[in-house]
Amino acid sequence: MSTKVWPLWEVFIRSKQGLSHKHVGSLHAPDAEMAVSNARDLYTRRSEGVSIWVVESSQVFANDPADSDPLFEPSQTKIYRHPTFYEVPEGIEHM
Amino acid sequence: MNSIYKYILRIADDSLILGQRLSELCGHGPAIEEDIALTNIALDLIGQATSLYEYAAIVGGEGKTADDLAFLRFEREYTNVLLVEQPNGDFGMTIARQWFFDSFRVLFYEALLTSTDQQLAAIAAKSLKETKYHWKHSSEWLIRLGDGTDESHARVQKSLNYLHRYTEELFFMDEVDADVIAQGIGVDLLALKPIYDQKIEEVLLQATLELPTNNWKQVGGRVGKHSEHLGHILSELQYMQRAYPNMEW
Repeated sequence: MSTKVWPLWEVFIRSKQGLSHKHVGSLHAPDAEMAVSNARDLYTRRSEGVSIWVVESSQVFANDPADSDPLFEPSQTKIYRHPTFYEVPEGIEHM
Repeated sequence: MNSIYKYILRIADDSLILGQRLSELCGHGPAIEEDIALTNIALDLIGQATSLYEYAAIVGGEGKTADDLAFLRFEREYTNVLLVEQPNGDFGMTIARQWFFDSFRVLFYEALLTSTDQQLAAIAAKSLKETKYHWKHSSEWLIRLGDGTDESHARVQKSLNYLHRYTEELFFMDEVDADVIAQGIGVDLLALKPIYDQKIEEVLLQATLELPTNNWKQVGGRVGKHSEHLGHILSELQYMQRAYPNMEW
């Protein structure tokens, strides 16, 4: 077996019409075409999806975990951003 | 024994034996992604074989079940082509074998869609979708191996050279075929050959590979004369039914 490793790809599957693609996992593949093929075999074998996106993992730019506090902490005290301060009229269900 | 029964068994045996060969790779694929891809294909093929054996059991009218046909016949009673019983070899060999077979099978099922036998036409319709994916998978790999590194090119070319001699048998026809073709049930393989040649050539061109000029052809599987490999395949395939007769999953 070769010691060279194929690049890593992130896989996004759309489960059915009308819903957006969701990240489902990752896999190795030599190129984009084979990544879609592998994604089909790995992530849709139980009819999980109708559309596949793949993106090379190295293309994903993520935030620095060390910056978590300045990024996410401030929103925790701003509860007024949640739409929970409205009186729901009587008789309205499923709000 | 009637021709349609023999005809169905030929198609079923091709699927079963290739499915069994591929299933040997379960847990041994070159990468986990490819391992799952190959075993998915193995399962598709065994599923196709199941539908066909179930139908053959009805057509045969001897009171045999699909399991009897799959697990309890003798070597000489299997009528798969020699190509599908050839060993997996390296990954290039597995892909080359699959690609030859898939290229044929896509065309075969397309032609079988118009069979006057409703059941066979239905099995063809379901199997064709699966087989088109198998062909896409094996073609893409053949192109990448052929047009890949010097090593992968040399190895997959060697596999093509070896397996080419078994491909003529995909188009083997005898009185069984003549009979089912006359009834509008079977496929005239002679008409498929030029389309197959073209289909093969298109992929080979992209893969920078070529077929060997040596035209020695080996046939025999369709009439039960097999290579030494089939006996070994059957000893594994039939073990459970032979050791525990009538066992069910």
